[in-house]
Amino acid sequence: MTVYEPPVSIYGPVQDWATDFDHADPEYNRNAHRIWAELRGTCPVAHSDRYGGTWLPVTHETVREIAYDTENFTSRAVVVSTVVPEDPAPIGGAPPITSDPPFHHDARRLLLPPFSPKKIAEWEGEVRILCRALLDRMEAKIAAGERVDAAIDYAQHIPVNVISRMLGFPLEDDDLFRQFVHDILESINGDPEERIRSFERIDAYLLAQIEDHRANPRDDLTSYLMDVEMYGEKLPDNMVGGVILLLLVAGIDTTWSAIGSSIWHLATHDDDRRRLVADASLMTTAIEEFLRAYAPVTMARLVAQDHDFHGCPMKKDEWVLLPFPAANLDPSEFPDADRVLIDRQENRHAAFGLGIHRCLGSNLARLELRVAVEEFIARFPEFVIDGSDDDVVWSVGQIRGPRQLPVRVHRS
Amino acid sequence: MRIQVDAEKCQGHNRCYALAPELFDVDDYGNAVVIGDGTVSPELIERAKLAVANCPEFAITLSE
Repeated sequence: MTVYEPPVSIYGPVQDWATDFDHADPEYNRNAHRIWAELRGTCPVAHSDRYGGTWLPVTHETVREIAYDTENFTSRAVVVSTVVPEDPAPIGGAPPITSDPPFHHDARRLLLPPFSPKKIAEWEGEVRILCRALLDRMEAKIAAGERVDAAIDYAQHIPVNVISRMLGFPLEDDDLFRQFVHDILESINGDPEERIRSFERIDAYLLAQIEDHRANPRDDLTSYLMDVEMYGEKLPDNMVGGVILLLLVAGIDTTWSAIGSSIWHLATHDDDRRRLVADASLMTTAIEEFLRAYAPVTMARLVAQDHDFHGCPMKKDEWVLLPFPAANLDPSEFPDADRVLIDRQENRHAAFGLGIHRCLGSNLARLELRVAVEEFIARFPEFVIDGSDDDVVWSVGQIRGPRQLPVRVHRS
Repeated sequence: MRIQVDAEKCQGHNRCYALAPELFDVDDYGNAVVIGDGTVSPELIERAKLAVANCPEFAITLSE
């Protein structure tokens, strides 16, 4: 059972959220909704000198504009950190998320079919079995008088298990995969040398898995990627590794965060939880509303060339954060944006991004989120936070969700 | 009334297919296509409007 320590920052605590923000400061994700609301009213595109210069747009309009502008903003690096990857555009190190047009389109076409809605729907039964097994273990802990945690005992296990099986990776390596995710997405403002070493460890693991699949091909995504052709040739190993890295990293703590945030909401809003337990027909709108209000993923871009953006002098190779969750909370786009309405009918949220980089795994994420919430409230109709909100620990960095979520279950 | 999907704008969010499977299908890549010629029967007008209102890419239009 892994509980992450916040990384040691080379920058120190944030002094001012408009001019010195740092999304890896533990205060950022914990207070994200308040910070975005304040910035939206005073400084809709904030700037920080950290990470070599980083911009933070917080309105739906500016986030959308950057997401659609692949000329002025490149995706070749999408995780803001002290290390700017050297992989050049248009391919980047983990295609297609790090790719720009026109390469992006062709790389993405290879991956869309296995993640299409109909292919992903076939996984529902297995996801449900997995959730029920995790809930059985939670019940056993409760019966033994132990405390339970909805993030550690439940949410964090669901997406890692599914993506490991899709890739044909050892299920028992799940702690290692969560460590990879932590290294890549949370340890972003620490020692750059250590970050580079962690990437080398991950590359070595992935290449070993590729070798294992070369010796023992099987019916999984890894063998598929090693076999598929692009422009008449098989993909080089380093590209297969890059794609796998994307699927592994993007497929784990994003959905884990969405599940955790949704359960956090239900633990802290008795009325919504009881309504959802009583009326399953609300599940579809509730899930979309959780995705809007607690969208886990902030993407990033690098400025491709010096240009002026709404009066902001953006310089080549500065970072730009794309906080889709902040866009989803913009009152100019959503009525009652700061209220969670589980029966919201019109909900054009951008939780899975906008434009050509729409989350490739969105159908899988939505399936896992829905089944995880359905099964959790079916097993535990009554639950609250065990302790106070201070006992909930939020992630740091671009993926926002609870990493510790102690819950107390009321038994009837 | 008829619905249309702009294939250039659709990015495969899959909201329309989830909300109105009577009106939309998805292809092997997960992108939306209208079923038949897109004619919307009166009892499905509200569903069609919901699909329009929930598309993050503004890719769906409903017209006379």
